[in-house]
Amino acid sequence: MTKNPQLSEDGALRHLLTIEGLSAKLLHSILDTAESFVSVGEREVKKVPLLRGKSIFNLFFEPSTRTRTTFEIAAKRLSADVVNLNVSASSQSKGETLLDTVDNLAAMGADMFVVRHAQSGAAHLIARHVAPHIHVINAGDGRHAHPTQGLLDMFTIRRYKQDFTKLKVAVVGDVMHSRVARSEIHALTTLGVPEVRVIAPRTLLPKGVESLGVHVYNDMAQGLKDVDVVMMLRLQNERMSGPFLPSAQEYFKYYGLTAEKLQIAKPDAIVMHPGPMNRGVEIDSSVADGGQAVILPQVTFGIAVRMAVMSLLAGT
Amino acid sequence: MQLPDPEQLVQQLAAALKPRLHANTALVGIHSGGAWVAQKLRQQLGATLALGTLDISFYRDDFSSIGLHPQVRPSDIPFAVEDAHIILIDDVLHTGRTVRAAMNELFDYGRPASIELVVLIDRGGRELPIAADLVGARLELTPNQNIQVTLDPNNQLKLSLHER
Repeated sequence: MTKNPQLSEDGALRHLLTIEGLSAKLLHSILDTAESFVSVGEREVKKVPLLRGKSIFNLFFEPSTRTRTTFEIAAKRLSADVVNLNVSASSQSKGETLLDTVDNLAAMGADMFVVRHAQSGAAHLIARHVAPHIHVINAGDGRHAHPTQGLLDMFTIRRYKQDFTKLKVAVVGDVMHSRVARSEIHALTTLGVPEVRVIAPRTLLPKGVESLGVHVYNDMAQGLKDVDVVMMLRLQNERMSGPFLPSAQEYFKYYGLTAEKLQIAKPDAIVMHPGPMNRGVEIDSSVADGGQAVILPQVTFGIAVRMAVMSLLAGT
Repeated sequence: MQLPDPEQLVQQLAAALKPRLHANTALVGIHSGGAWVAQKLRQQLGATLALGTLDISFYRDDFSSIGLHPQVRPSDIPFAVEDAHIILIDDVLHTGRTVRAAMNELFDYGRPASIELVVLIDRGGRELPIAADLVGARLELTPNQNIQVTLDPNNQLKLSLHER
């Protein structure tokens, strides 16, 4: 058996690099812990002393607002010291290698790295490299994985729909280029969702996507029928024209989520989006701001989920 | 060792607590044994009394050596702690570390007017300067002995003694 680099010898989570290969039990324990951190966020003092004295480095080689900010808030609410580094703007432009940057930050006393990088596998590389007491969280690597986004999406679904084993869930949009989609699909199938669908034009579906255990649809009218959860994906600006799609307008016409298309789903279906949203491209404003959208609760829950992941890692 | 009847201890504690209640008194039980005792005391003292529960996992002083408790439950304090008279309730008082953690957590909800400590069993073995205001029973246990409070299917508290 090949060893999962995320897990310690006794099966505890040492790093969070990808949801793939983690057990349903472990995912549920993260979600259960996050549940307790939600109540911390509702108090007068939104801070607990768990990670007092620990230094967490947010190492972002790609721009991000929401993810970086929620990781920062999560770390601060755990009483850790947080340092934010936008590396694209500093040492990398001077030619320093990724692992040299990491070694230097470790020499400054880092206990945890939160890493976002355009290259798939960057967080794995760092996790294999660092000393045993240092933990790594993947905050998005290339097209590969964005595990905390997948977890906060599962937390949101569990809050609104309770039982994963009775759900039909549709993931809609640019699955091909989306690390969020991969993490969501792995989490949904691991947690026992019996029917995971992806809905996208053929040009935005990776080859062999069925092997992930999903049902493929190219048509919203069929794909959204009777689903409990609609998970929209962001269409990145650089994909809006060129070889993948004729135009953003045409994409909206066929794959944009409008109130009319949402009616095909179950009446109590929830609508999710990892942000940032392109209104009028993948989602219509009437849906994004409508009663079925849980997009802002996703952001709030993201803090609690990241607190749970950080405290579970730091305790191993 | 002859163990006392915990249900009877709850009756005695309720009687002793009654004259100590203020208009702004709230009961807070420490998860899980203390929460059961708190609930039973409230049944005796009146359902209008505010009741909360604390899970002190995020405030434990041994996190860096043993990590996060695997089953953290959300703390639930459904009243304003600011200026409240808090009766903090636990099942067994031992080292005092749980009580310290609970008081730290309470202060993150607000500044209480006062905190009193009520425990079902004081088993000795304190490692911190903490004492209970009301005690159901005092037991002299050796460091190898462990007393456990459980709730049986008929919602009755039970005491059991274990040797480590």
